[in-house]
Amino acid sequence: MLGKLSLSAIPFDVPILVGTFLGVAVIGLAVLGAVTYFGKWGYLWREWLTTVDHKRLAVMYIILAIVMLFRGFADAIMMRTQLALAYAGNPGYLPPHHYDQIFSAHGTIMIFFMAMAFMTGLLNLVVPLQIGARDVAFPFLNSLSFYMTLVGALLINLSLFIGEFAQCGWLVYPPLSEMQFSPGVGVDYYIWAVQISGVGTLLTGVNFFTTIVKMRAPGMGWMQMPVFTWTAFCTTVLIMVSFPVLTVTLALLSLDRYLGMHFFTNDAGGNVMLYLSMIWTWGHPEVYILVIPAFGVFSEVTSTFSRKPLFGYNTMVYATCSIMVLSFVVWVHHFFTMGAGANVNTFFGIMTMVIAVPTGVKIFNWLFTMYKGRVEFTAPMYWTIGFMITFSIGGMTGVMMAMPAADWILHNSLFLIAHFHNVIIGGVYFGYIAGMGFWFPKAFGFKLNEAWGKRAFWCWFVGFYLAFVPLYVLGLEGMTRRMNHYDNPDWRPWLLIAEAGAVVIALGIVCQLTQLYVSIRDRNLPENLDLTGDPWGGRTLEWSISSPPPAYNFAVIPDIHGLDTFHTEKQLGRRAHNKPLAPIHMPKNTAAGAFIGAFAFILGFGAIWYIWWMAGLGLIGIAATMIMRSANRDIDYYVPVSEIEHNEEVYSRRIAAAQAAE
Amino acid sequence: MAQAHTTHDGSHGSYQSYIIGFVLAVVLTVASFAAVMTHALAPGMALAALGVLAVVQIVVHLVFFLHMNTSNEQSWNLMCFIFAAVSVIVIIGGTLFIMHDTAINMMSR
Repeated sequence: MLGKLSLSAIPFDVPILVGTFLGVAVIGLAVLGAVTYFGKWGYLWREWLTTVDHKRLAVMYIILAIVMLFRGFADAIMMRTQLALAYAGNPGYLPPHHYDQIFSAHGTIMIFFMAMAFMTGLLNLVVPLQIGARDVAFPFLNSLSFYMTLVGALLINLSLFIGEFAQCGWLVYPPLSEMQFSPGVGVDYYIWAVQISGVGTLLTGVNFFTTIVKMRAPGMGWMQMPVFTWTAFCTTVLIMVSFPVLTVTLALLSLDRYLGMHFFTNDAGGNVMLYLSMIWTWGHPEVYILVIPAFGVFSEVTSTFSRKPLFGYNTMVYATCSIMVLSFVVWVHHFFTMGAGANVNTFFGIMTMVIAVPTGVKIFNWLFTMYKGRVEFTAPMYWTIGFMITFSIGGMTGVMMAMPAADWILHNSLFLIAHFHNVIIGGVYFGYIAGMGFWFPKAFGFKLNEAWGKRAFWCWFVGFYLAFVPLYVLGLEGMTRRMNHYDNPDWRPWLLIAEAGAVVIALGIVCQLTQLYVSIRDRNLPENLDLTGDPWGGRTLEWSISSPPPAYNFAVIPDIHGLDTFHTEKQLGRRAHNKPLAPIHMPKNTAAGAFIGAFAFILGFGAIWYIWWMAGLGLIGIAATMIMRSANRDIDYYVPVSEIEHNEEVYSRRIAAAQAAE
Repeated sequence: MAQAHTTHDGSHGSYQSYIIGFVLAVVLTVASFAAVMTHALAPGMALAALGVLAVVQIVVHLVFFLHMNTSNEQSWNLMCFIFAAVSVIVIIGGTLFIMHDTAINMMSR
């Protein structure tokens, strides 16, 4: 009846988890209580949970990403603390079973539920606005994608309190992840969380690809697209090509685990190495899926705050496209040591070095954009400059490891850990935070506090170097990753410095929370309000409309005459359009996404615990909701001209007020 | 949303093109079964023949049933298809290259 589930699955005996559970329960009840107390359930359901508006989905994605950042960071600082303690006679405070779950969960959560959710959030917020569209191509799918990601995140966090998580790393390599060595539910939690959120990601890819191809404003040719939209486009292509590979790989692993097949087992003809090759066929494009939109953010931020057009727009586009293609021919560099011959390793080593070239081109583009510009040192610009330095160092250590001979020594050492945190924190995370600061006023109509943003930057920047430069040294001294105890006295000082770095990063996160609090508190101060919709003197279309934009984004779809048309027209003093207004066709909100998400949760939970009636119920629920949604014809409405006129008038009055204040 | 209401621009086939496609598909299917069931070819050859017939079958379906051609309104479909095909070749070819080389190098085969 309940499959593998019993009371013993709940880890009452682990005080850390009981404490965490109490904390989560208190915060959760407080949030639910607050919503009830203020009577906001109806508002929350009608305006947010059932929304198909890309801007609101973007906000929900980014909130999810921030919550997952806390979870992932809590794992990180626990690992650092364990290694600061667990020297010689001291076993530390985390037994191996618990420690192994923590490092597996840290990677999985940070990549799939922090970075991917943040990236999707930024795409949702910015892409339709930048191309002059009123929504994405498939608004309902967009809501469904969000719920798939959310359900994945819920499942993975549920593993804290019911059962256990995988203990075999964030990519669950077999044979360790096979039934023989991981008989618990940990790997099943991983498989179902990642598979369900993978559906969401794939749908997002299809959705935004179609949006960018089909829904650009009239006159916007390919080479008139803003750079962020270009990077979003390349990312969606990578998603559509690589995520099916992940789905298949994990499906084969599930067949091994659930049906006793032998794709990746040691015996009966299975091939463990095939799993490595397949998972990295997805995994390498995945890191570019994350970092390419960050490159787009940096391009927008640099050109806006340097008051110059982006240096070398064409080379930036070509470099992005080259990275998109090349990212599919480098995957072996993640496992040079598996035993392939010189031909394979040489080919993939050289391709890895080649992919650094277009990335280097971009760094020069940003530098030359700043050169002779009137650079305004806002917080997003701080993150951008911090990125250029940090990412360059990370890129260089990456090229070092691209040499198979060097990789033979550095593989799976802490040098590798330092390298990929160097590019992921320095590239992806800095980029997303720069993007959040840059587009925050667009989403909410007020700016984020600059002083706290800069404090957060300095903590992250200094904390990053304190935490990860020691890992480079430790890697060269021979310390491997995923260790939970060590005896080498030479390592200890470095691990203590790394722990200090983690604490400084924690201060950075505190600064970011304070920044949010202070910004919301001071949102009505005149210097924070964004009345014009163009707080930074932006160049692209999203700044041509009010902040926050109306649900339909553009009262009149703009005509595009070239790159940065909005900026050109501002220079020429032609801001107002005088085209006649027409009723706007918009999609209605729907609860179908939320219901499919709920049923997917039931399916996933049932399958993880072998509760087959429950899994079946989830599957039937998903199918039934899909059919009901497909049969529903009442899915759209028209915004009347009177409402558009009213919104436009309010917006004009706000612009006039802002001009009067100047 | 307003832009989503473009006219349906996918080209449709004629009665004749559907018949040609259908006949070709049937011939290719029969040929595949014949290659295996008549034992006319050695197993290795039969496998190769099946592969070739399968690829031709894909092309027949794409051209006659999914109306892929080089005309202007189909250029996006064609480009996406070529990109997908190249990606599949890179992924599958690359995996075979890697796994074969590893097997030789590790003497596991």
